[in-house]
Amino acid sequence: MREVAIIGAGETKYGEHWEKSLRDLAVEAGLEALEDAGICAEDIQAIFGGNMSAGSFVGQDHVGALIADFAGLAEHGIPAMRIESACASGAAALHAGFMAVASGMYDIVLVGGVEKMTDLPGDMVTDILAGAADREWEVFLGATFPALGAMMARRYMYEFGMTEEQMALFPVIAHKHGAMNPDAHFQREITIETVLNSPIVAEPLRLMNCSPVSDGAAALVLAPADIAKKYTDSPIKISASTYANDYISLHSRESLVKSLSTIEAGKKAYKMAKKEPKDIDIIEIHDAFSIIAIEAIEDLGFAKKGEAWKLAEEGQLYYDSDLPYNPSGGLKAKGHPVGATGVGQVVEIVMQLRNEAGKRQVPDAKVGLAHNVGGTMTSSIVHILEVM
Amino acid sequence: MVGIVTYGSYIPIYRIKTAEIARIWGDDPQHPEKSLGIMSKSVPGYDEDAATIAVEALRNALKRKNIPSEKIGAIFVGSESHPYAVKPTASLIAEVMGAYKAHAADLEFACKAGTAAMQNVYAMVKAGMIEYGVAIGTDTSQGQPGDALDYSASAGGTAFIIGKEDVIAEINHTVSYVTDTPDFWRREGQRYPSHGGRFTGEPAYFKHIITAAKMLMDAVGTEAKDYDYAVFHQPNGKFPFRVGKRLGFTKEQIKQGLLAPYIGNTYSGATPTGLSAVLDVAKPGDRILAVSFGSGAGSDAFDILVTDEIENFNRDAAPKVWDQVNRAKYIDYAQYLKFRRMIVEVIP
Repeated sequence: MREVAIIGAGETKYGEHWEKSLRDLAVEAGLEALEDAGICAEDIQAIFGGNMSAGSFVGQDHVGALIADFAGLAEHGIPAMRIESACASGAAALHAGFMAVASGMYDIVLVGGVEKMTDLPGDMVTDILAGAADREWEVFLGATFPALGAMMARRYMYEFGMTEEQMALFPVIAHKHGAMNPDAHFQREITIETVLNSPIVAEPLRLMNCSPVSDGAAALVLAPADIAKKYTDSPIKISASTYANDYISLHSRESLVKSLSTIEAGKKAYKMAKKEPKDIDIIEIHDAFSIIAIEAIEDLGFAKKGEAWKLAEEGQLYYDSDLPYNPSGGLKAKGHPVGATGVGQVVEIVMQLRNEAGKRQVPDAKVGLAHNVGGTMTSSIVHILEVM
Repeated sequence: MVGIVTYGSYIPIYRIKTAEIARIWGDDPQHPEKSLGIMSKSVPGYDEDAATIAVEALRNALKRKNIPSEKIGAIFVGSESHPYAVKPTASLIAEVMGAYKAHAADLEFACKAGTAAMQNVYAMVKAGMIEYGVAIGTDTSQGQPGDALDYSASAGGTAFIIGKEDVIAEINHTVSYVTDTPDFWRREGQRYPSHGGRFTGEPAYFKHIITAAKMLMDAVGTEAKDYDYAVFHQPNGKFPFRVGKRLGFTKEQIKQGLLAPYIGNTYSGATPTGLSAVLDVAKPGDRILAVSFGSGAGSDAFDILVTDEIENFNRDAAPKVWDQVNRAKYIDYAQYLKFRRMIVEVIP
């Protein structure tokens, strides 16, 4: 298996893009990544695009072909496929792109992620996102996605004594970082009171514990590591790309307070990259709901089970502290265009490892970890990246 | 000089508190006040509709200054709740006034039909086609029970008579800005409108008001600080302050004409009634910016100068807007449903 590197990265601003369509967003991020890599569209040998539900959100399926066409590659006949793994579609596309280069089948691969979510009213978006859960056994019985997240949070609070105030620290940190990220959906800081005074979505999750509905796209250009320096002075190596799944419905699982898929993907990733949690300088964690980030930080070995919120209390999760967590603002503040999120997390780590992250630059970051999940931590995908 | 010769408003006496609406739908009672800045909204009585509101508003205008009916050359009534789909409200107004020789027509442009009426009358007076004309914005707007509009859709209206003689407020300049933006709509036969949620904000309300206001101020060479008052369309209690801030206006300039926190969104009546509240207190030389917004979408902007004539004008002959706002009789949600004919009496 060949080593794989990222030679280009780009993304749109996340947010409400009333005047940009799905294809506009995808092409904007893709072109930025190509420019960053210093290559032309014709150099691309394959495209892997993460997208959860364009068919439902904007009535557009066949997203791979659409993107290839509007990237100007219709006449080149290259493969362009859409990859779907709910909210982990972006990281799943990167996993596919990684395999494609690692296997030796392709050299230059474009990995993208895109979602256009704000064309629909909130109740329809909620229903479409609920497709990531078990439609027959969870959703038809009345559960929405936040309701499932709320059950996880309730159980966690019961088992480990975490309070709402302690859980509120996670969105506060996210917004502090988002305020320094010009691509973030929300660029203002909030306080614990802002979180605790926000409307309840599904108790104990409040509006500020939940990531927003965003439009956005992100893209990466991959190449074999041995030729990466031909394209850029600062390629970033993908040291691990791992993917694991759990039971799709919460009620089938042994526990609501840990994610077997995250534990499994994490273990495999550390083994593949020959790293341990202590070697990681920066983490981008999937915080669709605060509780998911809390469980993931523990399941990835950065805190003991039941204690991730203590790291937040101790101030260790800020970008300039011991365990820089979601310096991009995370899903909560940077935004969560579901198909783009997993790619966008890696774009952030690439920027950080290249020392190009501006105000939110993590000092001396050499190794980063990105964690993206689909469903209620059903599928988990972990990438470890490092400076070459 | 073309401008407002007299004006009058009418706000139904009934109010429902938004906390009462929240109670019915299981929402936090503080939520509508905190998120929309609306504490209560006006409700038309069981026997009131957009036409009766228009008549009351016009009567108040005529109490302040009577214009002989034979001098009325045009009547435009702007509303999105004309009582009839086919049969004009404007003809009813003509009949009420005895203005049988008037050019009469109904207008509809969501919440800006009232200011569209003002522009039509202004143009006909300016062109010399007519001596005086009536422009009315009136609505008993519809909000589907349980929808966000349930908190805001309310009732009220204002009538202006525009002419060249004894003008109390000169319409110095007016401009419009329009695009095809589907933020809010109601198809033929539908009882309640649909809306695009947050899409009604930035690409609709803010884009159109800001563009029209800037076009107007560029055309007349003014800045925000040149105005004593600013009236913006008021779908809730917060948007006018936010759009005002972005255009450089202070809360003080906006407060007098901002009625939405107490009476909700009177749609076609909203900007005209806000302007009416400003004319209730304006002094000679005061400059007023008024910018409406109608979904679909467009804005009409007006640069208005209050004249010395306002000193001779009998403003006290009819109830002032804030007195009508404060004259409130609170009802509960069941009475609200009855008044809005959402529950019906079955006669055996």
